[in-house]
Amino acid sequence: MARTVVTKTRKITGRESQEFMFNEDMIPKHVGASDYMRKYREDAWKTYQRLAMPTTNDEPWRRTDIRKLRAGEFHLPVNGNRKKLPDVPNELLKPLVGNQHAGQIILTPGGTEANLDSELVEQGVIFTDLTTAERQHPDILKKMIGKVIKADEGKFAALSAAFGDTGVLVYVPKGVRIEQPLHSILWGPGLNLAYFSHILIWLGEGAELTYVHEAASTNEPDGQTMHAGLIEINVDPRANLRFVELQSWGDHVWNFTHKRARVGRDANLDWVFAAVGSKLTKDFSDLDLIGQGAVGRMSGFYFTDGNQHLDHDTQQNHFAPNTTSDLLFKGALKEQSRSVWQGMIYVAPGAQKTDGYQANRNLILSRQARADSIPGLEILADDVRCSHGATVGKIDPDEMFYLRSRGIKQPDAGRLIVQGFFNPIMQRIPFDGVRDRLDQVITRKMG
Amino acid sequence: MSEIVISNLHAGIDGNEILKGVDLTVNQGEVHALMGPNGTGKSTLAYVLMGHPKYEVIKGKVIFRGVNLLDLEPDERSRMGLFLAFQYPIAIPGVSVANFLRTAVNARRKADNPEDKGIPIPEFRTMLKDKMDLLKMDHAFAGRYLNEGFSGGEKKRAEILQMAALQPEIAILDETDSGLDIDALRIVSDGVNALRGEDLGVLVITHYQRILNYIKPDYVHIMLDGRIVVSGGPELALTLEEQGYDWLRKKNNPVSA
Ligand SMILES: Nc1ncnc2c1ncn2[C@@H]1O[C@H](COP(=O)(O)OP(=O)(O)OP(=O)(O)O)[C@@H](O)[C@H]1O
Ligand SMILES: [Mg+2]
Repeated sequence: MARTVVTKTRKITGRESQEFMFNEDMIPKHVGASDYMRKYREDAWKTYQRLAMPTTNDEPWRRTDIRKLRAGEFHLPVNGNRKKLPDVPNELLKPLVGNQHAGQIILTPGGTEANLDSELVEQGVIFTDLTTAERQHPDILKKMIGKVIKADEGKFAALSAAFGDTGVLVYVPKGVRIEQPLHSILWGPGLNLAYFSHILIWLGEGAELTYVHEAASTNEPDGQTMHAGLIEINVDPRANLRFVELQSWGDHVWNFTHKRARVGRDANLDWVFAAVGSKLTKDFSDLDLIGQGAVGRMSGFYFTDGNQHLDHDTQQNHFAPNTTSDLLFKGALKEQSRSVWQGMIYVAPGAQKTDGYQANRNLILSRQARADSIPGLEILADDVRCSHGATVGKIDPDEMFYLRSRGIKQPDAGRLIVQGFFNPIMQRIPFDGVRDRLDQVITRKMG
Repeated sequence: MSEIVISNLHAGIDGNEILKGVDLTVNQGEVHALMGPNGTGKSTLAYVLMGHPKYEVIKGKVIFRGVNLLDLEPDERSRMGLFLAFQYPIAIPGVSVANFLRTAVNARRKADNPEDKGIPIPEFRTMLKDKMDLLKMDHAFAGRYLNEGFSGGEKKRAEILQMAALQPEIAILDETDSGLDIDALRIVSDGVNALRGEDLGVLVITHYQRILNYIKPDYVHIMLDGRIVVSGGPELALTLEEQGYDWLRKKNNPVSA
C-alpha cells in the first residue's frame, strides 16, 4: 500500500512542475528603502502565490515546457556562497559600443560596482544599481517601478517583482543627450541559484541614450541555475533610445523575462536583442507605441545549439495613430536546439496611418533542430499598412556547391552562408563591438 | 604541365544517364570550344567535372595532375586549379563579393600552408581592384552581395572576376557569352585572353561563333546526346554557324533520320 503511494507521487512530480522553495522572508528589505517599495514587493509576492506555475496548457507557454526546471533546488545567492563564485571576466567589461563608456554598472553576487561620468551626474542623469536607487531616488523609483509591467502578468513577472533587487535604474532628464553609451552587466555564476533582476529605463522628453545591457554567466556542464527579470522602459516624447540587450547565459540557465517599452509622441526606440545563451528562455517583449508618430524597431539575433530552447514572444502594440513598428528576428539553429518566435502586431481602434511590419527568418542547420514561427496580426483600424513574413529554411545545396567550387571548404562555406543570413540583422546594429561579438558567436557555433 | 583527361565518362542525374561516354583532353595553354544543341549535356559535363553533388558518375575517369578528380570534393578540385564559370551563377545573400573572394583566396593559401594567416587586407584590395579594372568593373561591385540582384551580364563578368582572382589552371566557361552585350563580350573576352597563357587551359562552352572570334580556340568539339561526336579546328565552329546541327544528327543517327 505504502509502496503504491510512493509510485504515485513520483508520477505526479514527473508530470507537473516543481514548486519553488522561496518564502516571504526572502523578500529583500533594504535599509532605508521606502514603504512604497516594501509594499510593491509584498503585493508582488501575494500575486506570485496566487498564480499557478505556467504549463503547456497556457497559450503563451504552449511550445515551452518547463517541467524539467528543478524549481525546488534553487536558492538565492547569499553572502556565504558568494566568495566561491567566479568573478566576471574582463572580456565582458569592455565597451561594446564605441571605445568608452559614459558609465558602467557591474552586478554580481559578490557586490555591485557603479560609475557614471561626473558631468552627467551634474546634468541630473541617474545610472545606478537598484539598491542604491531605493535609498537615494525613492521618488523616481515610485514613478517608474511596476508602471510598465504589472506583477500579475505572469508567475515569473511576479517573482521578479518580489525578489528583483539586483538591477539598474537609468534616468535621463528632459533634453539631456548622452553621447557615449551606458553599459551594465548582470553576472550570474554558479549552480542551483536563482537570480532576479529588475531594470528601469526612463528617458525624459527629447533625451537621448544608447544603453547596452548584458546578462551572462559561467557555463556549467550539469545542473541548473535560473534567472527571472523585468525590464521596464519609458521613452518620453521626442526622446531617442537605442537599447542593446545581450543574453549570454550559460547553457545551464533557465531564463524568464518580461520586458516592455512605452514609446511616446514622436519618440524613437531602436531595440536590439542578441540571444545566444541559456538552456531555456521564455521572453516576453512588448513594444507599446503610445504617442502619435512614435517609432519602434526590434531587431533580434539568436543562434541556438545543443539542447537550447529559446522562446521569444513579441508584441507590437500600436495604440496611437501614425506609429511605426518594424521587427526583424533572425535565428540559426544547430543540433537538437529549438526556437519559438510568436509575434503579434496589434493596431488599436483609431490608430490610423499605422505602419507595422514583422518578419522572422530561421535557418535550420541540422535535421533535429526545429524552429516554430508564428506571426499574427490583430487590426482594429482601417487605414493601416501591416505585413508579416515568417520562414524556416535550410542551407541551399546550390549555394553550398557554388562556394565550394571556389575552393572554400564545407565548414567555411557554411559559416559564410550563415554570416550572410545574419547580415540584415548586423546591418541594423550600428555598433562594431556588438557585431564583432555576434560574429565570434557565429564562428564559435559554426566551428 | 597539367592537363585534364576525361575518358569514357558516363554520368547522370536522378537516374537519367546524360553523359554517355565523353572523351576529351584539355592541356594547359590550349583553348577548346565545346558546342552542341540545347540539352545535350554540356553543363552536365561541367558540373560533373566540378563535382556537383546532384550528379552521379556512372563510370569513367577524369585525370588531373595525376589524380582521379572524381574522387575529390568540389573544393579540393578548385584548390587543385579547376575553375567553372557557371552558366547560371548562384546568389549568396548577405555575402559581399570582396568577403567571398577573400575567403576563397585564403582557402587556397591555407591549403598550401596551414600556418598561413590569410592574405593581408591591403594586398587583397589591390589585387581585387586590379582584376576589376581588367574587367572594367566599378569598384563598388566589391561591396555588393554576391550575384544578388546582378544583371545577367554582371553575373557573367563577376564569374570571370573570380577566375582572375583564383588563377586556375583549367577553366570551364559555361556559356559565359550568353547575356553579354557586344561591349561586355569584348571586355570579358579580353579579360580571359589576358589570363591566357602557358599555364591556363580553357574549355569554352558556347552556342555562338561570336565569342570564338575573340577567344580563339585551338580545337572545337561538338557534343550530341551526351557524347563528343566531332572534333576539329576553329573552322568547325564556322561550319556549324552556317549549317546548324542537322548534318551531324543525320551522320550520327542514320536510322531515325
Ligand atoms: N533532374 C533531372 N532529371 C532528368 N533530366 C535532367 C535533370 N536535370 C537536367 N536534366 C536533363 O539533362 C540534359 C542535359 O542538360 P544540360 O544542362 O547538361 O544541357 P546543356 O547541353 O548544357 O544545354 P544548354 O545548351 O541548354 O545549356 C537536359 O536534357 C536536361 O533536361
Ligand atoms: Mg548548359
